[in-house]
Amino acid sequence: MIKAVMMMNTQGKPRLAKFYDYMPVEKQQELIRGVFSVLSSRPENVSNFLEIDSLFGVDSRLVYKHYATLYFVLVFDGSENELAMLDLIQVLVETLDKCFSNVCELDIVFNYSKMHAVLDEIVFGGQVLETSSAEVMKAVEEISK
Amino acid sequence: MEQLKTIGRELAMGSQGGFGQSKEFLDLVKSIGEARSKAEEDRIVLSEIDILKRRLLEPDVPKRKMKEYIIRLVYIEMLGHDASFGYIHAVKMTHDDNLLLKRTGYLAVTLFLNEDHDLIILIVNTIQKDLRSDNYLVVCAALNAICRLINEETIPAVLPQVVELLNHQKEAVRKKAIMALHRFHRKSPSSVSHLISNFRKRLCDNDPGVMGATLCPLFDLISEDVNSYKDLVSSFVSILKQVTERRLPKSYDYHSMPAPFIQIKLLKILALLGSGDKNASEIMSMVLGDLFRKCDSSTNIGNAILYECIRCISCILPNPKLLEAAADAISKFLKSDSHNLKYMGIDGLGRLIKISPDIAEQHQLAVIDCLEDPDDTLKRKTFELLYKMTKSSNVEVIVDRMIDYMISINDNHYKTEIASRCVELAEQFAPSNQWFIQIMNKVFEHAGDLVNIKVAHNLMRLIAEGFGEDDDDADSKLRLSAVESYLQLISEPKLPSLFLQVISWVLGEYGTADGKYSASYISGKLCDVADAYSSDETVKGYAVSALMKIYAFEIASGRKVDVLPECQSLIEELLASHSTDLQQRAYELQALLALDARAVETIIPLDASCEDIEVDKELSFLNGYIQQAIESGSQPYISERERLGMFETTDYHSQDHHEVPSHALRFEAYELPKPSVPPQASTELVPVPEPSYYSESHQPISTSLVSERESSEIKLRLDGVKQKWGRPSYQSTTSASSTTQQAPNGTTSHSDAGVGSSSSKPRSSYEPKKPEIDPEKQRLAASLFGGSSSSRTDKKSSSSGHKSAKGTVNKPATIPKEIPTPVQPPPDLLDLGEPTATTISTMDPFKELEGLMDSSSQDGGSTDVMGLYSDTAPVATTTSVDSLLSELSDSSKGNSHTYQSQTSKGPNTKEALEKDALVRQMGVNPTSQNPTLFKDLLG
Repeated sequence: MIKAVMMMNTQGKPRLAKFYDYMPVEKQQELIRGVFSVLSSRPENVSNFLEIDSLFGVDSRLVYKHYATLYFVLVFDGSENELAMLDLIQVLVETLDKCFSNVCELDIVFNYSKMHAVLDEIVFGGQVLETSSAEVMKAVEEISK
Repeated sequence: MEQLKTIGRELAMGSQGGFGQSKEFLDLVKSIGEARSKAEEDRIVLSEIDILKRRLLEPDVPKRKMKEYIIRLVYIEMLGHDASFGYIHAVKMTHDDNLLLKRTGYLAVTLFLNEDHDLIILIVNTIQKDLRSDNYLVVCAALNAICRLINEETIPAVLPQVVELLNHQKEAVRKKAIMALHRFHRKSPSSVSHLISNFRKRLCDNDPGVMGATLCPLFDLISEDVNSYKDLVSSFVSILKQVTERRLPKSYDYHSMPAPFIQIKLLKILALLGSGDKNASEIMSMVLGDLFRKCDSSTNIGNAILYECIRCISCILPNPKLLEAAADAISKFLKSDSHNLKYMGIDGLGRLIKISPDIAEQHQLAVIDCLEDPDDTLKRKTFELLYKMTKSSNVEVIVDRMIDYMISINDNHYKTEIASRCVELAEQFAPSNQWFIQIMNKVFEHAGDLVNIKVAHNLMRLIAEGFGEDDDDADSKLRLSAVESYLQLISEPKLPSLFLQVISWVLGEYGTADGKYSASYISGKLCDVADAYSSDETVKGYAVSALMKIYAFEIASGRKVDVLPECQSLIEELLASHSTDLQQRAYELQALLALDARAVETIIPLDASCEDIEVDKELSFLNGYIQQAIESGSQPYISERERLGMFETTDYHSQDHHEVPSHALRFEAYELPKPSVPPQASTELVPVPEPSYYSESHQPISTSLVSERESSEIKLRLDGVKQKWGRPSYQSTTSASSTTQQAPNGTTSHSDAGVGSSSSKPRSSYEPKKPEIDPEKQRLAASLFGGSSSSRTDKKSSSSGHKSAKGTVNKPATIPKEIPTPVQPPPDLLDLGEPTATTISTMDPFKELEGLMDSSSQDGGSTDVMGLYSDTAPVATTTSVDSLLSELSDSSKGNSHTYQSQTSKGPNTKEALEKDALVRQMGVNPTSQNPTLFKDLLG
């Protein structure tokens, strides 16, 4: 199960955070900060995986990808495949890119509800729902008609 | 930042359509983006909160504006501020008829509220209404909200509607309804337990997406209870086969892989179903082999599937061909330049190594590269692998490496983990006691406060008991080396408290034992410790007790005792201590110094921490005295309860009862201390004297000395078991150790082997490193892997003992599976040639299930598969195979044959092919629902 989806910029400012189990606001902040401090200390050209039990409890893994000024982060448990999660970030980014043609950080901030609409089509209640960005686009366009 | 600004400007000018934001929001985001400090950011957000509070109270806020305010609230909360003042507006917005507004409302509510929030009650009604909506987008929005907002109590309110939606005409709705049901199952399994058959039914949905969604709940269900789903093995296999044969519509391709996420889920499910099940493993081995051939290892997702295959193969019963393929895939991963793939490779290696220990050998250098990689994630994964492949021949190298790494990191969480692993490995495989003590010292020195206290007690006991063999000479050498190492370490600044306790205890017990160090030298060191760590009472207590022992041994051996001035001042300081425990110890020490040699020797005998102490609870030695007293007219013994109230000091065991005299006022709280005594003796595998220590030391001197003995008496109760560090059952860090003893058949004998080899074998078979001058890596490789390569044959038996012992620690339940596997190569797996394969493919569960679905719709819309069954085919209940599929196939003649041919081994190609054709015909047959899944077949 996917536990959380986060996007934050390289200065640690959260741009989008979605937790699939309820977390109080303070805990969310703590986790976002924790994740950022781990990510920012990672050197270049290393793996995109982290075992992150210390923040999210036993058997928690994290996959991240760094695009321009943004970190895309997925936190999940042992029932998901790390490489596949990496591709899920890819799906998300590809979709956003189609939505906003050349997605950038500000698109995400200013289109908060659309962002969530996209995300909700890809991940539903912590499970992967759809991985075809064309399908996701279709669904989102349907909504914003 | 500059770039941000320009983009911001562009946005402000250009893209205002659709999701247009006001200037206000734009400025807010921008100013927060430019904030230089957290304080500045907070200031901006607080003023924004003020603005929003005012705006929300204004009458007649236009809806469009309101939507933006709510988004701003979400934004504020994401930055860590409280936006609860606006929750109610978000709730109101969910009632709106406009889809976009409604979605915004739901979005905000799911981000703001937890499922137990008071406002949820206002939303449930809206959700119910929306679930019934004609607009499927509204339904989807409501389903989305359900996942986060519904708790155990509110599930029944929406459950009927969600179940209804399982048959919705839109596949997007069906998909989400399944996911919502899955979510309910996670939250409260009992609430949906009667609906589980729906998941099975949806597995044969016409839409592959819906089928894929069903795999998620099925994965959970199967991991909870494998046996109830064995009947689905062949269905899953055939679905996987169809997916890999690209029978799904092209839209399910991702990076030219057919539905990879579905493949991965299926492989995960197959791994669960195939583990320990020969039949299931055979059925799936064919498709697994195909996958290896078909997977495109040049894409990320292709590798994801490959990795999942490796995982699956490591779970099912071993099949030599598949293992070979998996090993090939792993070596590709390890040779890759991508850290991600290396990580997966190391992980896969760790899984396969349990089945075929030799596989690591060929990857020695790759593993060592990973160990020295700058990537922390990879390093940790590699340590995990090393931990799994540790045996007595390589334990020294591995543990040394682990400790070096442990010292280098700051992450306490991982430090604790790796420290406990070091301790575990050292306890299990230590080649010598000397080495063990050295390792323990390092662990304590660098991670002392993170280590479980039991580890310290184990170490003290090991030093006290020595090898357990009757070799006093070796024992005293061991102690001497411990004392020497501690005297060296003791002057290091800032040692962890736990380590100091061990040091003090050992110095007190054995510091002067060999006569190498004088009493004044040792006592001086101990005083230094007490001085340097004056805020740590436990350490001080240990130090004072150690001093007492040193002086006692001196007095007993008839030497004159010179109490050092610093020691004298320490005693005086402690006499006035606020801690009653320290005070008591100081008084005891003072009293002891005044006694003569004979008395001292009885109170604290030399090296008696291991001696058995018999406590005569009956106090029978007083019988004569009592007799005398009664004869001279005293009152006889009346009842235990009453006696307890009077003879406080004699029976320390019942101390706790004393505090509850029968006639005094009793409050419930008084009962509390009681339970703390029994669990210690009964449940604790390794008794720890510490907890009982303080309560005992409140006793007057005479009893407190006994109480010290008592603590060692608890220790010695274990002696009968003859436990040592060499044995898995001894190690106390993992709770699994207790199960070791309970594990049935064979485990005990294995652990015996572990003991035998850990103490004697390592020294005999441990290979000296090769003299030739190799590059350092090769040497490291040799020391890590060498044990298994050269002397494998003679080691096999004993090292398997180790392995199994270790396996027991990790997961006791799988032992019986793991051990027999290498011995009996499964012959049938190889038999799976072409003919059988075709037989399997004829068993097309999709179609069979479809047939059922059709008949069920004719049957008047009964939704329950099982119920339907007993109607149409009552015979089915009597068939031995308790499976949905087999029952199903009974209902149609052709299929039943197929099933039999599958169970009876001799495959008849012709017959199978015929049936194949027949089944296919039926599957694609008349009904309106023409499954897209099989479109290709028709053409």
